[in-house]
This record gives sequence, structure tokens and C-alpha cells, in this order.
Amino acid sequence: MSDATPMIEVHDLTKRYPGRTAVDGISFTVGRGEVVGFLGPNGAGKSTTMRILSSFMPATSGTVRIAGFDVFHQPDEVRRRIGYMPENNPLHVDMRVRDYLKFRARLKGLGIGRSRQRVDRVIEQCGLRDVERRIIGQLSKGYRQRVGLADALVHEPDLIILDEPTIGLDPHQLRSVRALIKELGRAHTVLLSTHILSEVEVTCSRVLVLHQGRILAADRVEDLESRFSQDGRVVAEIAATPEALREAFRDLPEVARLEIQAAAGDFQRVALTPRAGEDLRPLVFEQVRQHDWALRELTRPRLSLEDIFIQLTQRGKGGGN
Amino acid sequence: MGVFLTLVRRELGAAFNSLIGYVVVAITQLLAGFGLMGIVQRLNSDRTPSPIPEIFFADGIVFWLILILTTPVITMRTFASERALGTYEALMTTPVGEWQVVLAKYAGALVFFLLSWAPLVGVLVLLRQLTQQPQLLDPWGMCGVLTGIACIGSTFLSIGVFASSLTRSQIIAAMTSLLLGIGLWTLSFSQTDTTGDRLGRLMDHLSVTRHMQDFARGVVDGRALVFHFSVSLFFLFLTQRVIEMRRWR
Repeated sequence: MSDATPMIEVHDLTKRYPGRTAVDGISFTVGRGEVVGFLGPNGAGKSTTMRILSSFMPATSGTVRIAGFDVFHQPDEVRRRIGYMPENNPLHVDMRVRDYLKFRARLKGLGIGRSRQRVDRVIEQCGLRDVERRIIGQLSKGYRQRVGLADALVHEPDLIILDEPTIGLDPHQLRSVRALIKELGRAHTVLLSTHILSEVEVTCSRVLVLHQGRILAADRVEDLESRFSQDGRVVAEIAATPEALREAFRDLPEVARLEIQAAAGDFQRVALTPRAGEDLRPLVFEQVRQHDWALRELTRPRLSLEDIFIQLTQRGKGGGN
Repeated sequence: MGVFLTLVRRELGAAFNSLIGYVVVAITQLLAGFGLMGIVQRLNSDRTPSPIPEIFFADGIVFWLILILTTPVITMRTFASERALGTYEALMTTPVGEWQVVLAKYAGALVFFLLSWAPLVGVLVLLRQLTQQPQLLDPWGMCGVLTGIACIGSTFLSIGVFASSLTRSQIIAAMTSLLLGIGLWTLSFSQTDTTGDRLGRLMDHLSVTRHMQDFARGVVDGRALVFHFSVSLFFLFLTQRVIEMRRWR
């Protein structure tokens, strides 16, 4: 397959379980080398989609192609090209790390010599050298997660699919696993699912927001943020009386809306919304300087992915995309 | 072939890494030990005792007790535990075929089952030395017995693998195969009432105790071999269908 073929092409994918539609006619494309985050609350259809992508279960309707191969008609070709880590990272806990990885490499069609080479490589890559002879059941969750990632990588797949790779990790483990995923993104296409929004911000270049089996948004993280924070609200904390502040800002033509709230100490929290998306910060600073007020904060709050997500899912509930 | 052997090795590794594996071996040896005590008593009291395999495998209940109790325990793990732990998903998203998985799990169970019998062969040989009556244990009788253990064991194991594919719970899998196993065994006793007619002959063919009596006399009947091969294949086929069907749910 040529490099121009997208890594994942999903067209009108639907999966119905008895009495429930888990995935409802979704379509998306993931290009080679992208790190894409699949974001959604529990039960949004993330795991189902990933299971279909990895050819574990067939779709009710629609088509999925991985590197140009149909997941239903050419499952073996697809499986050779995918490194899949299922939800909860299931491992054979009675095996030793090295033996487990060797076992998995052999299952994925690598010869004896090649699997030894690759296992050595992924043990190094995933920082498992110290524990390679330990029994998996005795490892910490962070290490187990690394074993799962090493397993996904061992046959050098083009595409890595990770279902909730950081669930249940402590903050230290979280950081190291995230760093590892980011590292993987340099050489592989990665699709990972999560319901932790900060994770997508840290690791992914693009995000697909899934809710109740539908895609609500598919965009680069920055584009999503700018799309949802167009109002350009500015917040300042200024030591002045509410009246004086109202006097100073009310009649400015650039300001569409003004809100004042008491803050700790003598300060007031002023929120200003511009009329035409312009940056009000120089203006606020100018007013503060003219009146000789004390200023302890001046920001244009970035809408977090969390806010965007809440907005999107509420719109979704409203009945439209 | 490489992938198949890798899977079989994994199955054996899992059996020997678990306490259950050793419990199975212990139960087999314990019950076989009781059986042998019975043999020794018979050898002491009878003036013209029957050959040892016939006493042990044809007349006694010990062989059937071991078979019916251990095969569900050996096989309950095969699919049920992989599904409960989620490793089944990891397995089925590698480029291995369903048949490869079914046959490898079955082969692993069969090898483990035969290994759990292995010490008994040594004991029988020892008994032959001690009695100094070689006619009590001729090599052909021994070969017949081993063929019988493998043959009948393979049928009961295929039932166990099938039961394990039906559920995530190892207990339910074990109970199901126990029931099916007891059912197959009790079919052997229905023949006595209906001997002579067509149904009687059919029941005679289905009688696993009858098969074992032949094997223990050193008679390897082709019909019995075909029967056990077909029944095993039938249950493995059902297992593969269950796995395939489950994908569609």
C-alpha cells in the first residue's frame, strides 16, 4: 500500500447490540503518523469502535479499512499491521515479562530469531530491563501498562490502538506512560481512547469527540479551543470600588459586557467581553494605569478541553451534532 | 506450525503454573493409588487373578472416577478464564485462526492429561516386577490401556473444551462438562436392559466402559477409535462455532 493511503478509513460505521446502538454511523479518517485521541464519557462507544478497528468483532454495517485493508474481509492483514492494547490491559499474569513478550511476538508471526531481537528492543524502549525476569502478576500497575505497550509494539505495527492506556495509574506512572506514548507517536500512527481530557491535550495532535455513539467533533486540539473560545473574555482583578470600575469600563465602545464581582481583599474581579473578538487586555491595562489602580491579575482564560467537551456533549443531548 | 506449538506450550505452561494443575495430578495419583491397593488385595486373595489392566480399567470404577473428575478441571480454564481475564481479546486480535486456537487448547489439555497418568505406568511396571507373574501385565495389554486412556480421555477433554467455550465462569464450565461426562458414562449402563435389539446394539457402540474393557484386554477396536475420534472432532467443531458466533454478538 502506498504511503498516500490513510492509516484508518472509517465509513458510516454502525454497531448495534440487542436493544442498544453502541456506534451510530460514524465516519472518520486518520492519516499516517498522526496521534489521535478518542475522547468520550464511559459508554460513548470508544471501546466498541476500537474492537471493530482491531477486527475483534464485526460491525453491523459500514466499512473500516486499516492501511487499505478491509477489517472484515482481510482480518489477518489488518492484525499484522495493528498493535492493540485492549481495555484494562489484559496480560497472562503467571508469565515472566520476557517470556510473555516472546510468546506474543511468536503469535504475531515473528520467527524465533526476529522475536528475540524485537523483544530486546521493546524491553529497552519501554524501560522494562529491570523487570524482564519478573512475573507479571508481581509488577506494579505502571510496569504492567508498559508490558502492554511493549506487547502492542513488538511486531513493529504501523498502527497502535490503545484503549484507555493510562487508566488507574498514579501521577508518576501517568507521566511516564504518557511520555512513552508521545515517543511512540514519532514513529507510528497512534489511536488512543480516554475520558481524561488533559491526556488528549498532552499526547494527541487531533481529537475525535465521541458521545452516545456519534462523533460530535473531529479537530486539532488548538482549533477546537479557538473555535470554542472565540468570545475572547478577559478577566482582571483590580483594587478599586465597583462604581469606579463600572464608570471606567461601561462606556468603552469595545466592551460588549461587563461583570464585576467582589474578590478577596480590596480587589474586584472584572470580566469583560469584547464586542468583536478583539483583545481587551491592553485597554484594561491602560485604564488601570490612568486611574493608578493596583492590578494583580489580567488574563484571557483559555477554555479547557473539559469545558469544550461539556459544551459539545450538552449540545449532543440537545439532539444535533 | 510454529504458532500452534507456541500456543500449546503456553497452555501447558499455564497448567503447570497453576495450583489446579498440581491438584489434578495429585487427585489422579491418589485415586490410582487406591485402585492399586485394590489390585494388590485381589492378587493376594485370588488363586488365578485376572491381568492387572482388566482389574484396574475394566472392572473397577477408579479409572472412571479419575476421568470424570479431572477432565473438567483440566479443561475449565481453556476458554473461560481467558475470556474472564480479557486475554482472549488480546489473543484473537493476533493473526491466529480460530481453529488453531481451539486445536492448540485441546492439544495442551490432552498432553497435560496424559502426563498426569504417566507416573501410573511406572507403578504398573513395578507391580509386574514384584508379582513375578509376567502374564498379569503383558506389553500388549499395556499398549491397549494407554490407547484407551488417550482415546477416551480425548473425548472427555473435547467435551470440557466445548463447555469452557460457553461461559466466562470456570466453575460453570467445569459443572457443565462434569454433567455431560457423567451422562456419556451412564449411557454405558443402559445397554444391559435392551441387549439384542437394534437400540441395544447402538448403545453397545456408544458404551465407553465397553470400549475400555476391550482396550484393557489389549484389543484395539477400530470402531471404538473412530467413535472417539468423531465425538472429539464434533465437540471441537461445536467449540469453533461457539467462538465464531460469539464474535457476532
